[in-house]
Formats: sequence, structure tokens, C-alpha cells
Amino acid sequence: MFKRNKTEKGIESLLFVSAAVAVLTLFLLCVFLFRDGILLFKDYPLSSFLTERNWYPTSVNPRFGLLPLFLGSVIVTVGALMFAVPLGIASAIYISELASPKAAGILKPFTEILAGIPSVVFGFFGLVVLVPLIQDALDLRTGQTALTGSIMLGIMALPTIISISEDAISSVPRAIKEGSLALGSTKWQTIHKVTVPAALSGISAGVMLGIGRAIGETMTLMMVTGNTAIIPGFPSGLFEPVRTMPATIALEMGEVPQGSDHFYALFAIGSVLFIITFVINIIADHIKNRYKFKL
Amino acid sequence: MSHGRLKIVSVFSIALLLMISVFMGIGCVDSNEVTDNTSDNENAGSSGITVKGSDTVLPLSQAEAEDFMMENSDKRVTVIGGGSGVGIAALIDGEIEIAMASREMKGSEIEAARQNGIEPIEHTIAWDGIAVVVNPENPVSQLTYEQLQGIYDGNISNWKDVGGEDRQIAVITRDSSSGTYEYFKEEILVDREYRPDALVQPATGGIVEEVSRNEGAIGYIGFAYLDGSTKAVALDGGEGYVEATEENILSGTYPLSRPLYYYTNGEPQGDTKEFIDFVMSPTGQAVVSEIGYFPAE
Repeated sequence: MFKRNKTEKGIESLLFVSAAVAVLTLFLLCVFLFRDGILLFKDYPLSSFLTERNWYPTSVNPRFGLLPLFLGSVIVTVGALMFAVPLGIASAIYISELASPKAAGILKPFTEILAGIPSVVFGFFGLVVLVPLIQDALDLRTGQTALTGSIMLGIMALPTIISISEDAISSVPRAIKEGSLALGSTKWQTIHKVTVPAALSGISAGVMLGIGRAIGETMTLMMVTGNTAIIPGFPSGLFEPVRTMPATIALEMGEVPQGSDHFYALFAIGSVLFIITFVINIIADHIKNRYKFKL
Repeated sequence: MSHGRLKIVSVFSIALLLMISVFMGIGCVDSNEVTDNTSDNENAGSSGITVKGSDTVLPLSQAEAEDFMMENSDKRVTVIGGGSGVGIAALIDGEIEIAMASREMKGSEIEAARQNGIEPIEHTIAWDGIAVVVNPENPVSQLTYEQLQGIYDGNISNWKDVGGEDRQIAVITRDSSSGTYEYFKEEILVDREYRPDALVQPATGGIVEEVSRNEGAIGYIGFAYLDGSTKAVALDGGEGYVEATEENILSGTYPLSRPLYYYTNGEPQGDTKEFIDFVMSPTGQAVVSEIGYFPAE
């Protein structure tokens, strides 16, 4: 009897420790990022970091401006969402409500395969196929633009949005749908006035996760956006090259002298990325709970 | 009540124990690394050597490493790219035996190395030319240094200003960890900055890709990366237009030619010495020519 109790407690503590490791890792990551990021502001004012319009880390008077990089990330993500959200929700609706079981059985695995393709493969495809296509179709200086990045990013965020939205839509209780149909609505009316609003919390969670993936995407964007650190206009900025925050870190981390201002500036950018992802996750959670469909 | 308390205390103490051991582990790893630096050279022989750095020197090092390992089947040479800056940073950290670079180490890097107990020694293993390339369809085939500077610092933005078609110039550069980037900046831009709207490619291969597909593009690449997909322009550095050919680089008339370096920590010993001796031998220098670079005198 005594031994059984001890075994129980032992297993409980083991499981607790496993869960604690995840929280500990996140905490340590946070500390690691912020510790080195804060050191930038010893020599370089925070206000300059936030408002400076240029990113010249290696010149004689280095200037570390977050704005062009942040806005680059934003414009690419907004473009990706404009492409992926309507397409994703529409696909999810088709797969869960309108497709025959055989068609759904083919479509769903294919979207999951799309999620498994490595991002560098997307980048390669973008560089070799999409970039010349866009340059010729729109007669631009170069095809390496925010638009190209948005399209690739949209393709990459699509499986996440489809998967989660599809799950949300299929878990709307049948009683609701059948009640709507029984009252005389058509199938489409049921879908767009009853089912989708009921699944809204899950769909928004899916969109938020898609955003999270888009903001942090490094390799693909580094290969197709041209990496020029200038502030993009909207919408003209879509047809010009941009640079995203993760691409900056990837491009410059290799050579930067340890302990220099440039080094700390890269960590500061990493911290900003961390904060953005954290905030997005909190908002996603909040939305999910607020719009939860209660029977 | 004491039952619940006992549970909390035991769970908490196990978690605490785990965290303490994790932090102790981190501490132990750190102190070991510092003492290992000085004995690195002796240990290098038994586990193979690593050559890291410039993308320009990369094809050369790969070919040399392959031939070296074919002749000495018990030795291992690992070759990694990433840019001159990446290799030098790794040498300063004591992680590798040889840093390959297409530029000299800066004063600040040499100081940082010495602070870490590393004494960098420079070996010139080959010479390289930088080719300025444009799309094969581009009618422009020659540029002066002033025109090139204007293109790269932002003053000239249309091909018609340098004798070409009416088309916007897509200026392409490497990222700042590239030795080629630094060398080009020193030689052509001198004290100016690269134009802010220049496209930044993370690798020379990316530059070749974009220039071969984009009719308005211009970029700079190591001579070994020249193939039929791009066209090199003749450069005028003040002494007339000189084509980017082998004879011109070997004779020294082509203005953009530079030495390629291997940096080691102190005088090379063991496998590192054998590898560098191999590279400098007639067999190794013949490989240099095969790859498309030029033997060190």
C-alpha cells in the first residue's frame, strides 16, 4: 500500500517536471534574448531604435532602425493574410461541409503534406519560378518583392489555417445545422449565417497561428524578398523589395563581432520578434475564449 | 493536511534538484571551453580539421580537401561556407583550425582574437578576380570605376546613363558577412555606402541566379562562379578597359584582383600543416587553376 503511494507520487512528479521543462525553456529563452537585447540601449537610445528610418549597422556611424524591418515584416504578413485567409476559410468550408467524403479524404491529406514541406524548398521554388514570373508579368525592376514574399508566405500559412478552421467547422454540433435547415434555410444560408459564426473562435485561432508562423518565417523570405532595408509604402511597397526582421538576424548574425552594438541590436530585434509572437498568442487565446460558442 | 504538504514539498524538491543540475551543467561546460583553447592544435590531428569561411574560397577548399583526403585516407577535412566574416568569427572563438577569407582580417578582429588567446597567421593560397556581371542580353559590356561607383552608391539608376537601354538598374550585393562585399566596398565605393535599395543576396549563387534571369541586374561575383549564364564587363580602373580573363588577372592588369587567405591560430601544426603544405604544393596549386583561380606566386 505504502509502495503504491510512493510510485504514484513519483510518476506525478516526473510528469510535473516534464511540463516544467517546457515553461523553463521558454523562460530561459526570454531571459537570454532580453539580457543581450537590453545592452544595446546603453549606448544607443531606445527612441532612435524605434524611430530611425535606416538600418546601417556596419557604417562608421551605425544606425539601427527597427522601423524598416518591422514594417517589412508587417507588409509581407498582411499581404500573406489577404491571400491565405479567404482562400483558407473557403477551402475549410468546402472540405468540411460540401465535399463528398471521398473528395475530402483526398484533399485533407494533401493540405497536410503542404504543411510538411521545408521552408527552404519554398524559397528555392519562389526564387527560381515565382520571381521571374512576377518580374515579367508586372514589368518591375526585379521580381524580388514583398508581393512574391507574400504569395509564398500565404502558401505556407494556408495549411495551418485550413486545418484548424476545418476542425472548428466540423465540430459545430449537428443539431445547430439541422435546426437551421429545418427552419427552411438553404445550405449556403446555413453555412454562412450559422455554421461559420459558430466556428468563429476556432477559425480566428487558426488565423492567429497562421500570423504567428508568417511573422517568424526566415528562410523563404530571405531568398525572395530582396532584403533591402527601406520603409515600404502601402500599397506601392508590395512591388518593391523589403527586408523582414528574421531575415536581418539570419543575414548578419554570422559575421557580427561578439559584444558589439550590432550584436546587441540583433538581439534587440529577436526580442521584438519574441514579444510580437507572445502578444499574438495571448490575443489568440483571448479571442478563442471570448467567441466560444455556447449551446 | 500533512499528506498534501508532503506531496508539494517532494514535487518541488525534485524540480529544484533538476534545475540545479541543469545550471551546474551549464557552468561546467563553460569553464571547460576556456581551458581547451590552447590544447586545440594538438587535439586537431586526431579528430580531423575544419576549414570555414568565405564562399569565394569554398569551391577551392572543397576540391583541395577532396584530393587531400584521397591521398591521405586517414585524414578528415571538413569544409563549410558562410562568408569570410563567419569563418573569422569562428577562428576567433577557437572553434576551427583554418578560416578561409577573401579579405584581410580587420584590426578589431585581430585584437579580439588575441584577447581570446588566438594568434592569427595569414597564408596567401591563391589569387582571385572579382567579375562584375550583367545579364547576357544587356548591351553594356564595359564600365569605368566612376560609373560602377555611381551605380552602387545610388547616383546612377538607369542603364541609359551608362550607355545601355532605358531600363532601371537592379543593383545586387552580398550580405555584410561576405569578404567579397567588404573588398568591393573598399575598392569601388571607397568611402561611400552601398545604396539602400540594393538587393541583398545571402550567397554568390543567388547573385548568379538573379543576374542571369533579370535583364536589368548587375552584381559582383568571384571569378570561379563565372559561367555562360552571366556576362562579365570590362573594367576601366584608370588604365583603359581590361577584360576579366585569366591572362589579365595573372598578369595583374585586371584591377579587381585580390589574394585569398587561410588564417590559422599560430604556425600550423599536425594535420593543419599537412593540409596547407598540400595546398601550396604544385599539385594543390594545379587544383587552384582547375577551379578557376590563380596560383599564389
